[in-house]
Amino acid sequence: MATAAIVGSGNIGTDLMYKLMRSPSIEPRWMIGIDPESEGLKRAAGEGLEASPEGIDWLMSQSELPDIIFEATSAYVHVRNAPRYREAGIRAVDLTPAARGPYVVPPANLTEHIGEMNVNMVTCGGQATIPIVHAVSRVVPVDYAEIVASISSASAGPGTRANIDEFTNTTSKAIEVIGGAAVGKAIIILNPAEPPLLMRDTVYCQIPLDADTDKIEQSIRDVVAEVASYVPGYRMVAEPQFDLPFGSDKSGRVAVFLEVEGAGDFLPPYAGNLDIMTAAATKVGNEIAHQIDSSVQVGKKDQ
Amino acid sequence: MPFSDVLDVRVTDTSLRDGSHAKRHQFTESDVRSIVRALDEAGMPVIEVTHGDGLGGSSYNYGRSLVDEKVLMKAAVDEAKRAKIAALMLPGLGIKEDIQEAHDLGVSVIRVATHCTEADISIQHFELARKMEMETVGFLMMAHTTRPEALAKQARIMADAGCQCVYVVDSAGAMILDDVTERVGALVTELGGDAQVGFHGHENLSLSLANTILAIRAGAVQIDGSTRRFGAGAGNTSLEAFAAVADRLGMKTGLDVIKMMDAAQDVVRPIMDDECVLDRLALVMGYAGVYSSFLKHAYRAAERYEVSGADILMECGHRGLVGGQEDQIIQIAATLAGQKVLPNKV
Repeated sequence: MATAAIVGSGNIGTDLMYKLMRSPSIEPRWMIGIDPESEGLKRAAGEGLEASPEGIDWLMSQSELPDIIFEATSAYVHVRNAPRYREAGIRAVDLTPAARGPYVVPPANLTEHIGEMNVNMVTCGGQATIPIVHAVSRVVPVDYAEIVASISSASAGPGTRANIDEFTNTTSKAIEVIGGAAVGKAIIILNPAEPPLLMRDTVYCQIPLDADTDKIEQSIRDVVAEVASYVPGYRMVAEPQFDLPFGSDKSGRVAVFLEVEGAGDFLPPYAGNLDIMTAAATKVGNEIAHQIDSSVQVGKKDQ
Repeated sequence: MPFSDVLDVRVTDTSLRDGSHAKRHQFTESDVRSIVRALDEAGMPVIEVTHGDGLGGSSYNYGRSLVDEKVLMKAAVDEAKRAKIAALMLPGLGIKEDIQEAHDLGVSVIRVATHCTEADISIQHFELARKMEMETVGFLMMAHTTRPEALAKQARIMADAGCQCVYVVDSAGAMILDDVTERVGALVTELGGDAQVGFHGHENLSLSLANTILAIRAGAVQIDGSTRRFGAGAGNTSLEAFAAVADRLGMKTGLDVIKMMDAAQDVVRPIMDDECVLDRLALVMGYAGVYSSFLKHAYRAAERYEVSGADILMECGHRGLVGGQEDQIIQIAATLAGQKVLPNKV
């Protein structure tokens, strides 16, 4: 069992806490914030975690340090914190768009960077859409992929709002690096409708005119099922739409429409954007925990 | 209080930005040069040139530009002798680097647009623009969906971030007379001397010019429109008509009424694919409160899926879609065409 600290007691950090509490491989022991009045810290204390509003200085001064830190602050804060975790030998799973370490999107590269000291979870929109780009690009070359993530205003905290350019930049880049598209573009929209709308994501991929659409469709379905195995509320809301050719283009296009309903751990089910991020981070955290455990085993044998 | 010593109201022509929707983003460099030359000659103080959805808008979701908007902005800057060139950007789609690039091309006014309840996503962009000494304008889009007091609070967020004029933007052309007076008035009261107030109208309920005059009476000192109404939905406030009305009302706008009529008839109209008209779908947008640039997308989806465009737009209104959610139009059309919601089967 690996121990973990959650740094950042906002929407993401608090939702993550509930998911880690259900993990068989991780014990969330600390929750760190900066606001004593934060709802997240209160809930963490109520669940038996050590909760502190004194930031990471407090955490790093403890006699026992966590094996893994989940960073749920903001890109700016993680850029400052990351070197300190590294120096202390603590593995970091970064849920901000800071992108200090390699990107991880489970269906595309869950175990590729598992030995790294710092891995980045891209963005909520990236976790929802990059699996689909990956599903298409493993069948045909994708010269261009574009995603539109619509989230409810109620689920976008101050971190997301202050980081909106970082969302766009990080997601676009990860569509290329992890999704396998030659060029990626990301768009995020906040919708204030009441009652709040479920997270919606649309993925467009440019595909060759002679693409095997049945094979692409099957690959998409396989990946949707794989994501749904750790985010049960992840689903397509219409058949994949193929346009061959698209308009007057010399290429075709497939459009995939997704909806993400959250598990309702912290925010209500409309906030699927939180769930897909925290569920993916938990999945990656579990892999890291296994890797830490097995290296401990190997170490014992060596002695 | 007037806009300046010289102008009671300052006008921005958005034919080359909002008109990009009507033109399906197919402007050529020569279109831009012709329109800028004619409007500059007619005394237009500000001319906006960008993809319809702002910087970085060229995409599958909003339609791809025939010509890179940077080429178009550069051409406009080259051509304008007196007019300032403006660019629009929507945080979440455009990024700070886009503002920097526009600035480097000679664009001097940046207009940052958010949905009317989400002003706080624009803060980093206003801060950058002011640091570069660009003139800043904020757009609170779909303003008909928010009460005046709440809208004024959002305007305050933009003003505090460095926005010099906050616009009440009737993106759906859904505002009816008093709706404008109340919202502009609330912003004027809230902002006082901290920032100016502007108004951007659409013609979907045939009220854009009347709404614009009411906005000015309520204290707006900047207004938008398009020559020949060249814009999304049923088009924007007709600026050649506005020039004539403002002149009759004794307002100083700097516009030459006859030259504006000439520009509309002889220069802008030949570049338009069609007149912007108040047809059934455009009227549905005003009636259902739907973002005007959804119009061409709804036409296209209705044709592709053989469903009613009016049904698509009514559903957009029912779902409370905001500007930028054009992707949902395809999904709505596909669903209307009878395709079922899918289970997650392998």
